[in-house]
Amino acid sequence: MASVSTDRTPVGGTGTVAGGQDSPPALAGYTLPEPLREFLPKVGWTLVSVGTFAALWEFLWFIGWADPKLLPPPHVFLGAFADQAKFFNTAQRWAIGVSPDAGPTPWQAVLITVVSSAMRVFIGITLAAILALSLGVAIRYWIVVERLTLPTVTLLSPVSPIAWLPVAIFLFGIGNAPAIFMVVIALFFHMTIATINHIDGVNRNLINVARTMGATKAQIYRRVIIPAILPGVFVILRLNLFGAWMVVLIAESTGVGYGLGQVIMLARNTFNPSLVFFCIALIGFLGFATDWAMRMTQKRVLYWVNDPSGVLRGL
Amino acid sequence: MSCRDVGKIWAAGTSRAHEALANIDLDIEPGEFVVLLGPSGCGKSTLLYLIAGLEQQTGGSLTYFGEQVKAPSPDRSLIFQETSLFPWLSVWENVSFGLQIRGESEPDRRAAAKDVLKRVGLTEAGSKRPDELSGGMRQRVAVARALAMRPRVLLMDEPFAALDVQTRQKMQDFLIDVWRDSGASVVFVTHHIDEAVALADRVCVFTSRPGRIKETVKVDLPRPRDPFSPECEALRKRLTQLLKDEVDRAFAEQEGMAEAV
Ligand SMILES: Nc1ncnc2c1ncn2[C@@H]1O[C@H](COP(=O)(O)OP(=O)(O)O)[C@@H](O)[C@H]1O
Ligand SMILES: [Mg+2]
Repeated sequence: MASVSTDRTPVGGTGTVAGGQDSPPALAGYTLPEPLREFLPKVGWTLVSVGTFAALWEFLWFIGWADPKLLPPPHVFLGAFADQAKFFNTAQRWAIGVSPDAGPTPWQAVLITVVSSAMRVFIGITLAAILALSLGVAIRYWIVVERLTLPTVTLLSPVSPIAWLPVAIFLFGIGNAPAIFMVVIALFFHMTIATINHIDGVNRNLINVARTMGATKAQIYRRVIIPAILPGVFVILRLNLFGAWMVVLIAESTGVGYGLGQVIMLARNTFNPSLVFFCIALIGFLGFATDWAMRMTQKRVLYWVNDPSGVLRGL
Repeated sequence: MSCRDVGKIWAAGTSRAHEALANIDLDIEPGEFVVLLGPSGCGKSTLLYLIAGLEQQTGGSLTYFGEQVKAPSPDRSLIFQETSLFPWLSVWENVSFGLQIRGESEPDRRAAAKDVLKRVGLTEAGSKRPDELSGGMRQRVAVARALAMRPRVLLMDEPFAALDVQTRQKMQDFLIDVWRDSGASVVFVTHHIDEAVALADRVCVFTSRPGRIKETVKVDLPRPRDPFSPECEALRKRLTQLLKDEVDRAFAEQEGMAEAV
């Protein structure tokens, strides 16, 4: 092998060719800009992965193993888009005196439903993060706050968020508020405790450096402790993202308002597997998109944290 | 800086009480380079923390220009063994961190950072982030950050221990230059005899459990020192002997303890 490669012309001009099978597709004389070079292979592999799964499903349908009434393959439940979308047309429900036909178009209907669910998740997560970070820092900053709140927080953190569902409805009735409340409740206690743990884990030396430079307690918290714990808190946030989606779907399916969860409940009650799988596809896509958005945020806001996945892949 | 009969007991009054230092008498003259030499765990870092004011002694007194040491002060800067740079700040922001704490304006801070970074030979690295630097460069940034406060005492806790031998030698030369032109005194902790020989005006050899100063050796050799000169060899031999006794004693003690159990 070695002797063969030495016979070839040197690869000087096209050095990236030596990079191996991972190097991105480059057209002659044109290399893609760096973000795209990273991004495109990822999208490609996602499509391959999902495509394989869908193909397997279609195959099982084709040979007659998957009953299209119970497990409709992707081309069935995605194909009848306009048909499915009419179930999403719930935005009109809140308007009185509107004729049933005068709804939004199918696309708009799906979009309205998806956006309203996603907004609940987003607002809930943001609120939970702000509240938990504030309380966690306050608990370490003032011993009084710790004594007053920490026992309660510790006691409530293992309670399943589902147990709070009735409370959400008693307090907030229907609409956005109970779903957001559920997300906040689901994340808040864990995140407060995680914040405290992260504060306790901050490198002593960093704090001592600030102390020798004459920093006050407030300055140490603001300039050292909070930046030092942010990466860890953000990771907790990402890990809880799927939990937040789950809680919102549950809240919606019990009828606190229109949204994806409600559509799934409708599908269940009317025995409509196509609609169920359509929703599952949507939710999967949304979870994926939200996680991606959070990773992008992490890269921008927490620019100093290295991504370890490259090292792991090298193992 | 003056320490009189200083003692430190960690976790005093509990069942885990642990005497780390006892009867420490040490005076540090302005502009002097003192090396604290001793085996690991003998309380060198503890003494440095007491001098810095980060911990309180449990016995004796520490005074700085006649005043009791009660709290940390920018006048006594501490440099740690592991990287202690703020990873979220760029090099120049790290260097001027203390000035920001004091509330100085950004142009002033930039100018000051540029000035100290030049003194440690890192003019170009100002906008880099710490994780883009090598170990030696990071420690130079840490030195620059300490210098930016214009301290009169530089406390260094095994600052070059994590570096390879070649880099460490370079850093020692660099430190001597910095020390000369800053005029500050340096208290330098190490367990390396060669490092003590290369740097010190005075070497304090520690015993362990509890840490005491066993002997103080004055070093009156001109710098830069040739590590293979007869004087350096003699000094190295003497320090080795002093430490060897100490390590032997510690081992014997541990064996005794093991048998008692
Ligand atoms: N924060 C602390 N709390 C309790 N014990 C400590 C603490 N720091 C150091 N010690 C103990 O004091 C002794 C001296 O430690 P140290 O000063 O770090 O030694 P050296 O720096 O010489 O290696 C050790 O036995 C160590 O376990
Ligand atoms: Mg130490």
